[in-house]
Amino acid sequence: MGPLFEYALRMGDSCLILGHRVSEWCGHAPAIEEDIALANTALDLIGQTQMWLGLAGELEGRGRSADDLAYLRDSREFRNLLLVERPNTDMAHTLVRGFLFDLWHFHTLGALQRSADERVAAIAQKALKEVSYHLQRSADLVIRLGDGTAESHQRMQAALDALWPYTGEMFLEDQVDADLAAAGIGPPLGSVQPLWEGDLARVLAQATLARPASTHVQKGGKTGVHTEALGYVLADMQFLQRAYPGARW
Amino acid sequence: MYAQLVKTDADKVKSLEEMDPQERRFQERIDDDQKIEPKDWMPEGYRKTLIRQISQHAHSEIVGQLPEGNWITRAPTLERKAILLAKVQDEAGHGLYLYCAAETLGVSRDALIEQLHSGKAKYSSIFNYPTLTWADIGAIGWLVDGAAIMNQVPLQRCSYGPYSRAMIRICKEESFHQRQGYDIMMKLCQGSAAQKAMAQDALDRWWWPSLMMFGPPDADSVHSAQSMAWKIKQNTNDELRQKFVDQTAPQAAFIGLAIPDPDLKWNEEKGGHDFGEIDWTEFHEVLKGNGPCNAERMEARVKAWEDGAWVRDGLSAYADKAAARVAAE
Repeated sequence: MGPLFEYALRMGDSCLILGHRVSEWCGHAPAIEEDIALANTALDLIGQTQMWLGLAGELEGRGRSADDLAYLRDSREFRNLLLVERPNTDMAHTLVRGFLFDLWHFHTLGALQRSADERVAAIAQKALKEVSYHLQRSADLVIRLGDGTAESHQRMQAALDALWPYTGEMFLEDQVDADLAAAGIGPPLGSVQPLWEGDLARVLAQATLARPASTHVQKGGKTGVHTEALGYVLADMQFLQRAYPGARW
Repeated sequence: MYAQLVKTDADKVKSLEEMDPQERRFQERIDDDQKIEPKDWMPEGYRKTLIRQISQHAHSEIVGQLPEGNWITRAPTLERKAILLAKVQDEAGHGLYLYCAAETLGVSRDALIEQLHSGKAKYSSIFNYPTLTWADIGAIGWLVDGAAIMNQVPLQRCSYGPYSRAMIRICKEESFHQRQGYDIMMKLCQGSAAQKAMAQDALDRWWWPSLMMFGPPDADSVHSAQSMAWKIKQNTNDELRQKFVDQTAPQAAFIGLAIPDPDLKWNEEKGGHDFGEIDWTEFHEVLKGNGPCNAERMEARVKAWEDGAWVRDGLSAYADKAAARVAAE
């Protein structure tokens, strides 16, 4: 299978699993406005999943739909970043996870808008409108809660420290990334990280949060070696498709 | 919907002659179909009744996120997941503008939420039933939102302006909700035997609780008369229930589902369906807190509120600091 199939799976799976995580908040958020915003974010991510996995199915050419890819693969075949499968834990972990991802997502889509592949460029253009808003919101809340009360500051810093080791994976480039960059389809190698670092530093400074010192990187998402958390996400998500094989809904 | 037993504090409805001039002017405006706005004079009973009704309605929207949210992560396709997310997001939005409508009557959202959490305020009995299978999501959309629309369409003409306007927006979304629920049921009925059985089972469990959503029978509903005189309410509980049964029975037949009521049959003479006796003991037990999910629903809402306290406090602290910085400049 070609590198673009693999890349579309990576993008689609990250949207799907993060969308799943965010949707777990439904009805349990700290304020109604947050319930609405979280559901709205999850909804955007599920819409983007449909586009990316739809493209993956098309590229694969074996008749698998976006639903087939979402619901009928096991965890070793999932290609999402480990970061997005981390549990919600509390609003601090949820917001920091969202912010770290949104920032990467925003700059990645920014590059993909100029992709030599028209289908990729079209998905990126559509998704970027939504992700710009996700980033605006998550960065704003990271700043407010980082510089809020002593408790909110401490929780946000703890979440940043816990999630930090999962950020390095976003910038580990492999042959798929290299092939797509060479073809002008994916972002140029090494182009997203400096943008991410620059924005991150500005937001953390405003949030009065410290950039964690650890340089250790937890990785495996791109090759399908996940954390234990993903299996439970899939068990939950895929239940009906697995319990009633072939049924139409 | 969602406001089933709203007390009005009135033993009986006053005639115009019994009213003082101010109250009489108010009643005459209502009789003339004029809208009452937040800054207008209103009888204390009108204000209190509206706060009870609007907040019950708002609480129902918020608690109602829970049974449906229960299936978001397990929705069977990406499209169904997206539709359900959009729907539950709408419900939270309805809750938000209903709380805002209630706030125009001089009560804060936080105070209303406190009443919900302490058990002082009610929400619709329907949300104390569990969503056990995917078909329950279809049944809720079809029956629960269907019953809600029956109740809410007349509320668009409610005498209180902010409530009336909120209901106009809400009704547009509710009719979409009902269609998506029916679509889930239809798809199940076109599916395998197991899927059809799932749909029938959901109808069996949700039918009677849906009829209870309209509140007690008119004969036992002492508060309706005053609410109707104030045009907070436009139809009686039994009228709306009858309309709902008449609308829903052919919809069930169309997709091949049987309504679980042996007494349900068309009555040519009255131009409507006859139907069986509702188990009001069950209704009152659920209202008292003894429904299958009352405890879980309240636990989940209280936990969300308490776990979220640091977030709300943090946001307020930041806003105060930002305001102080602006003031210092």
